[in-house]
Amino acid sequence: MSMLVNKPHHVAHHFASEAQEFESARLGMWVFLVQELLFFGALFVAYGIFRWWHPQMFIEAHHYLSWKMGAFNTVVLIASSFTMVMAIRSAQVNERKPLISYLLLTLLFAGVFLGVKYIEYMEKIHHGLLPGHFFSAQGVSEYLHLFFGIYFTMTGLHGLHILVGMGLLVWLLVRAIRGEFHSEFYTPLEMVGLYWHFVDLVWIFLFPLLYLIG
Amino acid sequence: MSQVALNYLNATKGLKSWFCTLDHKRIGIMYLICIAVAFGLGGFFALALRLELISPKEILFTAKQYNQLFTLHGAVMVFLFIVPSIPASLGNFLLPLQLGAKDVAFPRLNLTSWYVYVFGALFCVYSMVAGAVDTGWTFYTPYSIDSATSVISMTLGAFILGFSSILTGVNFIVTIHKMRAPGLTWFRLPLMVWALYATSIIQVLATPVLAITLLLLVLERTMGIGIFNPALGGDPVLFQHFFWFYSHPAVYIMILPAMGIMSELVTTFCRKDIFGYKMIAFSSLAIAIISFLVWGHHLFVSGQSDYAAMIFSLLTYLVAIPSAVKVFNWVATMYRGSIQIKAPFLYFLGFMFLFCIGGFTGVMLGALSLDVHLHDTYFVVAHFHYVMMGGTVMAFIGGLHYWWPKMFGRMYNETLALIAWAFVMLGFNMVFFTQFILGSKGMPRRYYSYLDQFQPLHAFSTVGSWVLAVGFILMAFYLIDSLLNGKKAPSNPWGAMTLEWQTQSPPITENFLETPVVTHGPYDFGMEKQS
Repeated sequence: MSMLVNKPHHVAHHFASEAQEFESARLGMWVFLVQELLFFGALFVAYGIFRWWHPQMFIEAHHYLSWKMGAFNTVVLIASSFTMVMAIRSAQVNERKPLISYLLLTLLFAGVFLGVKYIEYMEKIHHGLLPGHFFSAQGVSEYLHLFFGIYFTMTGLHGLHILVGMGLLVWLLVRAIRGEFHSEFYTPLEMVGLYWHFVDLVWIFLFPLLYLIG
Repeated sequence: MSQVALNYLNATKGLKSWFCTLDHKRIGIMYLICIAVAFGLGGFFALALRLELISPKEILFTAKQYNQLFTLHGAVMVFLFIVPSIPASLGNFLLPLQLGAKDVAFPRLNLTSWYVYVFGALFCVYSMVAGAVDTGWTFYTPYSIDSATSVISMTLGAFILGFSSILTGVNFIVTIHKMRAPGLTWFRLPLMVWALYATSIIQVLATPVLAITLLLLVLERTMGIGIFNPALGGDPVLFQHFFWFYSHPAVYIMILPAMGIMSELVTTFCRKDIFGYKMIAFSSLAIAIISFLVWGHHLFVSGQSDYAAMIFSLLTYLVAIPSAVKVFNWVATMYRGSIQIKAPFLYFLGFMFLFCIGGFTGVMLGALSLDVHLHDTYFVVAHFHYVMMGGTVMAFIGGLHYWWPKMFGRMYNETLALIAWAFVMLGFNMVFFTQFILGSKGMPRRYYSYLDQFQPLHAFSTVGSWVLAVGFILMAFYLIDSLLNGKKAPSNPWGAMTLEWQTQSPPITENFLETPVVTHGPYDFGMEKQS
């Protein structure tokens, strides 16, 4: 490993120091995540209102979701958060091979999550448990399609965030292989890490709210 | 300071050097051009719909076309013009200069936000061509679910424009926190910076809610998720709650930076330190906070609970306090000042006059019983035009004249500016004061036709729109003319104290030859004599 050379990082021209650059990036990421929080926030409000109006319908609807798959995915995402943290840690202590392995593992977990989600979606589509225009299942409750409208919107947007995260992970991998991350510079790792934890956190709220009702 | 031949405008040449620029000043200019085009387009729609309203009968447009016209006027003016207007153009140009920084914290993100804006604008333009949307700029459900016009492309356009706004907000917040010059403490910041800070907070916190709301509307139309559709068990009033949770704070996105410009103008043209610096700074934050708690005053007649309405009414009154703090402090700043009547100061006076009318009528509309009578009448139309156009647009133009020499290194024609101001003020009041009267007499907004008794007032309002247009055309003429034939501007033509005037006009690419060190407040005119 010692044969691999770290690429030095040059501070952008408009910053006075590395510390200023890093802290700016971190503050920017946090502010961006606040924006994300409000973005999902409105959906959680909509969820709350419709669950309050149709409690029985929500209880019926959640029986159509597989809590086992949801729980499995929760574990997968928590594991991916752990490997993400370890990737940052590896860069901080200049261990490039573990850095690359941890990034690959994170990417793998993200892929597994989406794979399970795909199986779940296929099953819903097969049974016609879909939003309004496409809903064709036979349920007891009148407005069952509302739940699946909310379910697909929330998990769909969350899945989109996972997909974006995977793109970012690939970008990090390329840069890590080039040797751009080391104890002197790991800002992009830290930023994607923050984003990744946020996306995990959203799922940690989505799982009980959608799968564990009643 | 010695003048350097190179500046940000001529440092590099060619289209590519503009479209790939990371310089906040160039990005500000690019925004300014787009925003001016949007203002022209929105103004054109306004003239067209005012023309139709000169008579209760059909003149040029059918009822459907009229619905599309007022929708496009509103959507273009709100999403393409007034939300980005001051922060993205003047703010982008000024913020790093006023902070003594070389650029914003994230120059690439800054350029990205401009491209996102253009991309969103293309969606809006497409929507205009492909069966222009007719729902009103508020896109209220359930009509927006059923309307056969191009609702999806317009809402997607607004959704994308929202992200441009969010990215600018994130960039500005970080820039203000992290990029200040040595010695530039929070209470030495120009009040424009405080205003931009408060604006950015709202942009980041409110815009995502609009984004998700518009996305849900798109999903409603494509998949029928049912959340906003009563036929599917949803609630159209929920749409109104979500929409105004953004769109009420958004009017403060529009007015707060205008108030920042006011503070700059009044100190420079009265040659006097601002009265009550901290109160003005904190009142910006107070407005930002209260702005999130008043959205329900748009729903007084939408079937909201009586208790909610009462609380929203009370909270709405609270907005008047920080707004009045600002107005009183500006007036107090003028007291015993050495007042120079130049075009920017005329717009300052225009703002004070018109914003007070707009503000007072806002408090009137916040009163429950009165709102039931005035809701959805021309009174509301007149109120928000007094605040948005009489307030924000006046301040924007005032600021544009004030910083024009800094941006382009040329002086505009002061006499023509005075004449244009007179036309704008006269025309504006002709158009909109009339509408207060129309509204209080019961003329509903967005109507294609009306009772004969309203015709004289409608006609008067339409004639006013022509006077207003003459003012703006004259302004466009002498501003463009100044670029070609204007006198060269010195680095500090107004004798102002803030940092952007301490570098040459136009500034060099990295703004300052050496990073300034700040030792006093932004409006410390006493310091001038000592140095």
